[in-house]
Formats: sequence, C-alpha cells, structure tokens
Amino acid sequence: MGLIDGLVDYLRGTEKKTAADAKHRLQLILAHDRGQRGAATPDYLPALKAELIEVIKKYVHLDPSQITVQLGKHGEYDVLELNVTLPEPGGK
Amino acid sequence: MAKVIVVTSGKGGVGKTTSSANFSSGLAMRGNKTVVIDFDVGLRNLDLIMGCERRVVFDIVNVINGDAALSRALIKDKNCDNLYVLPASQTRDKDALTLEGVGKIIDELKLTFDCIVCDSPAGIEHGAFAAMYYADEALVVTNPEVSSVRDSDRILGILAAKSKRAEDGKDPIKEHLLVTRYNPTRVAAGEMLSVDDIQEILRVPLLGVIPESEAVLQSSNSGTPAIHLAGTDVSEAYKDVVARFMGEDKPMRFVTSEKVGLLKRIFGGR
Repeated sequence: MGLIDGLVDYLRGTEKKTAADAKHRLQLILAHDRGQRGAATPDYLPALKAELIEVIKKYVHLDPSQITVQLGKHGEYDVLELNVTLPEPGGK
Repeated sequence: MAKVIVVTSGKGGVGKTTSSANFSSGLAMRGNKTVVIDFDVGLRNLDLIMGCERRVVFDIVNVINGDAALSRALIKDKNCDNLYVLPASQTRDKDALTLEGVGKIIDELKLTFDCIVCDSPAGIEHGAFAAMYYADEALVVTNPEVSSVRDSDRILGILAAKSKRAEDGKDPIKEHLLVTRYNPTRVAAGEMLSVDDIQEILRVPLLGVIPESEAVLQSSNSGTPAIHLAGTDVSEAYKDVVARFMGEDKPMRFVTSEKVGLLKRIFGGR
C-alpha cells in the first residue's frame, strides 16, 4: 500500500474488513461440506431407488429418468425426496 | 498410561512439524518421557527441525520391515534428556507404512514412553491416516485462513469416524485446536479471522494460540525448536500449550494486539 493510499484509507476509514467475509463464507461452505458427510448417501439408497422406480412403473408408464430420489437435509430433519414427472394425460 | 497424540491439519504448511517439535520438546522438558514420530514418508523434515538430520541411520520403515530394532532407530534429542525422534523414511514407498506395522511400533513404545507424538503429513491419504489411526488425542493445527479452517473441519470429521477408537466403539479422540501464525494486529484491523471465529466455526476446545513470529524461521534455520529460544513469544506460547495440555489453567496470551499508532498505520508498518 502506498503512502498516499494508506493515508487516504486511514482518514476515510475505508480499510476492507475481509475477515467477516471469510467467516461468512466458511460457515456456508462447512454447512454444505458437513451435509455431504455423515449420512450423505446411505448404502441402501441405490436399492431403495430401484425398487421405488419398479413400484411406480407398475401404475404409471414412464421413463425411469423422470424419477429422481434424493436424500437431503431440511433444517434438523433428513428428508427423502421423491420427484416423479408424470406424463401428460393422453400423451404419447 | 501412555498417551498417543497426533498433530494434524489436512492442509500443508500450517505448522504441523513445527508444532510437533515444540510440543514434544515441551512435554519432555516437563519430565514426560516422550517420542516424536515423523509420518511423512518421502518428505522427511522433522529431523531437520529437531536438528538431528545427520544422525539418522534407520527410520520407521526399516523398523516395520524388520531391518532394524526400534531402539536402534530412535534418535536421542540434543536438547532434552527425555525426548527421542523416530524419523520417517525418505524412500517413496508410502505403502510401507502399514497400519499393523505402525500398531506394533506404538505398542512397543507404550512400554517405555509416557507420550507418543505423531507428526502427520498433509493431506488425507495413507500417511495422514496411519498417523491418526491409533491416537488418543489430537492437536488440530489451523491457520486463520479459509482453506486451512475448511481442511481442519474435514480432518475433524475423519478423526471422529475412522480412528481405531471410533472403530472399537471407545470414547472418541480428544480434540484440541491449536491456532498458529496468528497476527492479532491484522485481526484487530478486521483482516484476519479471529481465534473466536475459528473456534465458533470448528467447535473444538482451544488449546493455544501461536503468534506469527520471526523466531520460527530462526529456529528452523538452526535446527533448534523455538521453545528453547528463551524470551521469544513463540517459546512462551508453546510452553503455555504444554501446560494447558497437562491440565494447568493458563489464560490465553498473544491474542490481542498492541495499539498501533497513527504514524505506523499510515506508513504501513507491522
């Protein structure tokens, strides 16, 4: 930092408080990292997903790629999310 | 009952080896029979920091392979009577560090030593895993910097899930936070994460704060751990760390900055 810049920053009080950014960014990314760990993908999830798809296919004709099964977190709770895109009625 | 303590961090260059050298020296100075083990196979450096690099004959891989008895690989420290160094191998074969082999060495060391300090390599690969697997306690070395804090969090997750204690269903590894390269002046200026911020994020009890200091480079230049450089802030800070580890109640030092005057701020002094 040059002498003039230093003086200007000091007089204006515009020095950057980047530590607060660092803390905020860490809190966000660690919440995400920690969510990925632990109960991230239990080993029964692929089998559960395959069976769910089989059951749905019994009743509705659709492409398996239209079904997504995800385990996520919602606040304190683990949430199993099943998302099925139904074909349009009378569709192809 | 002998204690196994791993010094770990995830990220490299944060001060694991410096802290291992000073912490083990401090334990020995207080009468604990101590051995410090370098787990960084291929990138051996603890010997240099301890100033015993020219006395290395056998290393940990020689002992695991049965080429040398453990007692012949241990190097007596030049500064402390109660301290021994077990160097890492410079061969590149990291797989030589088997968990079984390391376990045997630790069991044998437990018969004669009070404290076994394991200096972990950076990363979360085999060497780091071998260093922490048998630990009873862990010093997690962290710099006030985003990537170091994140990596420490990752290591804390591994300590909790993958150690022998976790596998055996025993009490978890006791974790201690050691913040190094701390610059209170920059913290006061809002340019550096504070020790309170780091603690709030990592949620691990704070064992100590080591200030950023010229003494660390001086000590590595000469191969004498900084704890022996009487009167330096680093020496005092590491002595406090050891005292707290042994159960003494010592207030934190070196966490607040001296007032920086107007002129110094304008001229950008440190």
